[in-house]
Amino acid sequence: MTRILALSLAEFRIGLRNRWLAIAVGLMVLFSLVLSAAGSGATGTLGADRLSVTVASLTSLSVYLVPLMALLMSFDAIAGEVERGTLPLILTYPVARAQILAGKALAHLVILTLALTAGYGAAGLVAILVDPQAAQGLPALVRLILSSVALGATFLGLGYALSALSRRPSGAAGLAVGLWLVAVVLYDLALLAVVVADNGGTFTTQVFPLTLLGNPADAFRLYNLAASQATAAAAGVAAAAQSVPVWQSLTSILIWPALAFGAALLTFRKVVP
Amino acid sequence: MTLKLTSLTKRYGAATALSGVSFSVSAGERVALLGHNGAGKSTLMKIVLGLIPFDGGEVSVLGVTPGSAVARTGVAYLPENVAFHPALTGEEQIRLFLSLRGENPGQARALLERVGLHEAAGRRIGSYSKGMRQRVGLAQALIGHPRLLVLDEPTSGLDPVSRRDFYALLDGLAAEGAAILLSSHALTEVEARTDRIVILSGGHLVATGALETLRRQAGLPVVLLVTPVSGQAMAVAAGLPGSRIAGDKVVLTVPPDDKLSELARITALGTIIADVDLVPPSLEDIYSHFSRRDGQ
Repeated sequence: MTRILALSLAEFRIGLRNRWLAIAVGLMVLFSLVLSAAGSGATGTLGADRLSVTVASLTSLSVYLVPLMALLMSFDAIAGEVERGTLPLILTYPVARAQILAGKALAHLVILTLALTAGYGAAGLVAILVDPQAAQGLPALVRLILSSVALGATFLGLGYALSALSRRPSGAAGLAVGLWLVAVVLYDLALLAVVVADNGGTFTTQVFPLTLLGNPADAFRLYNLAASQATAAAAGVAAAAQSVPVWQSLTSILIWPALAFGAALLTFRKVVP
Repeated sequence: MTLKLTSLTKRYGAATALSGVSFSVSAGERVALLGHNGAGKSTLMKIVLGLIPFDGGEVSVLGVTPGSAVARTGVAYLPENVAFHPALTGEEQIRLFLSLRGENPGQARALLERVGLHEAAGRRIGSYSKGMRQRVGLAQALIGHPRLLVLDEPTSGLDPVSRRDFYALLDGLAAEGAAILLSSHALTEVEARTDRIVILSGGHLVATGALETLRRQAGLPVVLLVTPVSGQAMAVAAGLPGSRIAGDKVVLTVPPDDKLSELARITALGTIIADVDLVPPSLEDIYSHFSRRDGQ
C-alpha cells in the first residue's frame, strides 16, 4: 500500500505540474455553470426542482466530458513510460505491475474527483442560492458525482489498456479518441438508426435495453435519469430509462471499472520492456 | 554465487542474440561485460533482471529465478541512457524509488549528496544535463543494500572526475560484498577498476578472465621503445634486427615470450642506450583480438 501511495503521489505531482488538475477543474466548473445557467430558462412548468433539472443537464455533460478527460489523462500512462524509457527501470523494482497501475489510477481518480466535485458542486451551489427548494435535489447531485467517478474509472482503465496496447503515445492518443467517438457518439447513433428501422419490433423491446446497459456511458445516463426525478426534464434515452430497472444500470456502472482495469492489467502484463 | 548463467540462449525470431553463454559473478566481485553494439550485452542484462524471458539454459540470481520478488529486492539496475519523468525533481524521484524499495524516503537528500547532486536536488529533472540524470540513476542504484548491481554503461555522460568518484563508490560497494556486473565502452577505465572481464561477440562468450589471463591467452606482441643516446639511433637499430626507427626512438615489436631475451639484447648494447620503455598490449588490443576471432 505504501508503494501504491508513493507512486500515486508522484503521479499526482506530475498531474499538478502538467496543469492537468487546473485544466480539469477549470473545464468542469466552466461547463457546469454555463449548462446550469442555460438550463434554467424552461424549468418552472415541469414541476421538478431546479437542482434536479441541473442534474439532468450535467448528466449529459458527464457522458461526453468525463470519458474524454479520463482518456486524455490515461492514454500516456504506459506508452509514455515506454517512450521515455522509464518503464524498464521501474519494472526491476520490487513492485507488481498491478501496483504501478493502481498508483497511477488513484492519482488520476483523485484529479477527476476534485474536478467533478468542484464543477458540479459549483452548479449545485448556484441552484440552491437561486431556489432554496433545490436542496431536495442534493441526493441526485451526489449520485451524479459518484457515478461520474465510476464512469471516469472505466475510461481510465480502458485508456491504460489502449496505452499498453499501442506502446506509443501518438498511437495511444489515436486509439483513445477513436474509443471516445465510438463509445459516446457513434454507439448511440447506430442504436438510434436500428431502433428507427426496427420500428417497435423485438429489437426495440428486448435487445435495446441490453445494448444500453452494455455501454458504460449509456448505463451511466440511464442510471442518473432514472434515479433522479429529472426524467421528465431529459430528452433522448428518457423513455428507455424507464424500462430498465435502476439496479441494472447501477450494476453496469459498477462492473465496468472492474472490467476496464482487468483489461488494462492483462495488456500491461504483455508489455515487454 | 550471486549470479550464475549456464548455457544461456536467447533468440529473437530467427536471430540468435545470445548463444550458450556461461559465466558467474560472486559476492564482492566486479565484472566488466564488453562487446560491440549488438553483441548481446543489454539483452543479457535484461534477462538477468527478469525483464525479458530467455529460450535456453539457466539463470540464477541470488539463488532464485530472475525477476522473482527475492531477486528484485536484492538487485539494483542502472539502464543505459537512464530517463526519468521531467516534471519531477531529483529529490522527489529518489523519494519515490526509496518508497518502492520499502526504505525511508527521508534518505533522498543524503543519497543525492553521495553522488554529488545535492545542489540540484530541488530542481526538475527536465532541466538536468545528461551527466546529472546519470547521477540520479546512480543514486537510485545505491538504495538499500543491493547484493547485485547491474550497470549498463554507467559512466557514459560523466566527466573524468565524476567517473573516478563513481568507481570509488563501486569499490566501496564491492568491499561490502555486493557483486557488480557492468558494461562499458571506456575500456581503459574498466581495465583499472574491475576484477574480471567477460567479452561477448555476436551473442557468444569469446573470452573471460582477469585482464592478466586474457593478455596471456591473446599472446599479443609487446612493444619496446628504445631511446638511444643522441646521434646513435642508426647504431642501435643496426644492433637490434627487426627494429625500425620512429623519430628519435627505435621501436621493437616482439612476442610476449621473447620480452626478456630482447631486453637482454638491448642492455647488451651498453652505453648507446639512454632509456627503454615497455608498452604491453592495451585492453583495446586484447578486446579487438578476441572479438575479431569470432569473424566480426
